[in-house]
Amino acid sequence: MHDSFVDAILPQLAAGAAHTGALGFIFDGLHDGAPRIRVPWRPDLVGDPDTGVLAGGLVTTLLDHIGGLAVWTAMDAFHPIATLDLRVDYMRAARPGVDLLAQASCYRLTPTIAFVRGWAFEDDPADPVAAAQSAYVLNRSRSSTKPAPAGDVGA
Amino acid sequence: MNELLDRLPYARFLNLQTQMNGDEVTVVMPFADQLIGNPMLPALHGGSTAALLEMTAMAQIALAFPSSRLPRPINVTVAYLRTGRPVDVFARAEISRAGRRIAHVQAEAWQESRSRPIASLTAHFLLEES
Repeated sequence: MHDSFVDAILPQLAAGAAHTGALGFIFDGLHDGAPRIRVPWRPDLVGDPDTGVLAGGLVTTLLDHIGGLAVWTAMDAFHPIATLDLRVDYMRAARPGVDLLAQASCYRLTPTIAFVRGWAFEDDPADPVAAAQSAYVLNRSRSSTKPAPAGDVGA
Repeated sequence: MNELLDRLPYARFLNLQTQMNGDEVTVVMPFADQLIGNPMLPALHGGSTAALLEMTAMAQIALAFPSSRLPRPINVTVAYLRTGRPVDVFARAEISRAGRRIAHVQAEAWQESRSRPIASLTAHFLLEES
């Protein structure tokens, strides 16, 4: 693990916006290089009141957001990014009353696109509630000081 | 029908409003500061739009296939087409096919003009356990 500018601002990137703050997101450290966010369970974040299970839309938001953190971690720089698309598979219901965690890895960076996989789980990443596959558009030119590396994927 | 989303805590958190037009549901997510994901632009958090789309799909399924149980998402794909600006968002869903257990749904979200969607959703929902 390295100490960089991005590492220092990850907590702010995780929870600093109005929406992520309202949802109670908390940065939960880097785990084998993958950023992690914790969402404390709250009754107003529940999807189905009969089960107490957190809403699918919350899980989607969490996976979208943790994917962005994974992109900034991989770039080791903060540039504007935008989610291009996101697929979420809901493997099982989240356990009621339990905090939800998510972590993600950016497994490929091209000059324009970042490809990310992410997972949401309660305590074991190998037993996920949901998995995400997502792509982010990078806008390095707006604030980058380094030239983008050559990539093999045009976008 | 309005009660459907009103019953769901996360739909209330997003302050979703349901409008009925015949057999079609339109769900409105009124702009609120707490939906902002990027304060610099400013722009809505994509996750809030995704949640709106998913809830709209659920409401449309629940209207077409009344059941004691909520439809449960199996998987969802969201494409972000335009930046969500800090104004109200509208969404509608269409059921492409519904079998006994599984429904395939497409939905779109828009702001000023329906012909300029800000996001689209393609999703499968489980209607009932086999």
